[in-house]
Amino acid sequence: MSARPGTEDLLRELAPQVLGVVVRRHGNFAAAEDATQEALLAAATQWPEQGRPANPLGWLVRVARRRVVDQHRSDEARRRREVLAASLSLTAPEEPVAGQDDTLILMFLCCHPTLTPGAAIPLTLRAVGGLTTREIAAAFLVPEATMAQRISRAKAKVAASGEGFRLPSPEERAERLRSVCHVLYLLFNEGYATSAGPDLARSDLSGEAIRLTRAVQAGLPDDAEVAGLLALMLLTDARRPARTGPTGELVPLAEQDRSTWDQALITEGLALLADALPRGSIGEYQLQAAVAAAHDRAPRYDDTDWAEILTLYTLLERLTGNPVVALNRAVAAAMAQGPDAGLALLDDLDPQLADHHRQHAVRAHLLEMAGDQAGAAAAFRAAASRSTNQREQQYLTTQAARLATDSTG
Amino acid sequence: MRFMLLQNYGEVGSGCVPMNEWTPGDIRAHVDFQHELNAELLGSGELVDAQGLAGPDQARFVVSDGSSAPVITDGPFPETKELLAGYRLVDVDSLERALEIAARSSAAPGPEGVPIQQPIEVREVLSAPDPEV
Repeated sequence: MSARPGTEDLLRELAPQVLGVVVRRHGNFAAAEDATQEALLAAATQWPEQGRPANPLGWLVRVARRRVVDQHRSDEARRRREVLAASLSLTAPEEPVAGQDDTLILMFLCCHPTLTPGAAIPLTLRAVGGLTTREIAAAFLVPEATMAQRISRAKAKVAASGEGFRLPSPEERAERLRSVCHVLYLLFNEGYATSAGPDLARSDLSGEAIRLTRAVQAGLPDDAEVAGLLALMLLTDARRPARTGPTGELVPLAEQDRSTWDQALITEGLALLADALPRGSIGEYQLQAAVAAAHDRAPRYDDTDWAEILTLYTLLERLTGNPVVALNRAVAAAMAQGPDAGLALLDDLDPQLADHHRQHAVRAHLLEMAGDQAGAAAAFRAAASRSTNQREQQYLTTQAARLATDSTG
Repeated sequence: MRFMLLQNYGEVGSGCVPMNEWTPGDIRAHVDFQHELNAELLGSGELVDAQGLAGPDQARFVVSDGSSAPVITDGPFPETKELLAGYRLVDVDSLERALEIAARSSAAPGPEGVPIQQPIEVREVLSAPDPEV
């Protein structure tokens, strides 16, 4: 049974608000989260038949609270002697704050640093995103029972951390916000990576990441990195329509039909970034967004400002020390200054990347630019045999085959 | 990250006799161990699928050129060491965790509870590509 259009969106909008109210009242995050989920499911089935209540939020809160109380009673009866303290560590309702803050508090809880991203992502999708366990399980292609356990363990870990239902202290805030941004970034990538063909449902995860990041940004409008993260998502998502071909194969940036890029998303992303950058606290998301912006601004691939991108990757590498960024920097150097500049950077790479498939893939591209067809084909083959990404592996194998054909024919 | 943990009919580290020569009690202990491991992996939110396959005698090999009738070969086969006996598909945070699960599975009990030390082939499942920046 499906809710009439609009109900589902409304329910997901209200989910963190309901949960916030219930946690405040009853102090048990795990139980409140289960009860909220049940209230949402009840609404999704009852509202389309019986009509939407005049006060949807009040209805959901009432149903969720009743579930918490019922559950508490039956737990009491069943195992009266068990101390509930362990699961009740989220105690003491704090002073009332606005719904916007509740969403933020929930984001901080769900992206708690004691959780791995594999646990934090589904918990965030359920508690803040209002998705059902079934939907989350389908998106991550695991059985519903497995996903239910993963979420329930994540909640137990959050409870065990003893964190109260309040925003982290100002001293902790920056560090904790980094965890939140990281989880949202991974969630976006999870969806963006599989945006076509049989994996269509997963692309909703990118949309969900954008929605949640918008909520965080609304709560922290002055944070430049949150704005940078949202800009990065919008500027990347804008290219989605051009990124895969008819059979789901990857279309590289150089060959994408730029007329299909989403200009509204680009405009919004550029404005966010232009607003964030002058604030002076430049971080990795703003820099990545600036790279995405440089690509999005170029009307044709040949118009790309590679000198600017090289500068951005140099800053990003210095900031993060991420070896994958070093690879991107080598590509930018090759585009800005010629293939030999890029190949020289590759030779200086961190040994941990020396045999990584991306290193071979980048080398292949640069060798081809330098006119070394045979070397490029060998590097493409080396990259393909090391890739753990299906479409990438197909792409790399095709490139190797193309060069082998070119050089013999 | 997803990994297939594959078990085939090849030699096992303990050198024990094939399962059809074990005592019923030893077989039950082995099966119970596999069920408990699955339950544990379900509980940790890591199990995607686990299946044992029907014996090699039931296997068929099919070869087709796409137009004429396919060639289907029945068992019994003289050489079954390469055939798959069963698999687990797990969704974990790291390769290290997949190896840990494989090690548990390898030490499944055999005759008289001695770990059979079955080799477990650990293979990463191809994922989707990362977004380019």
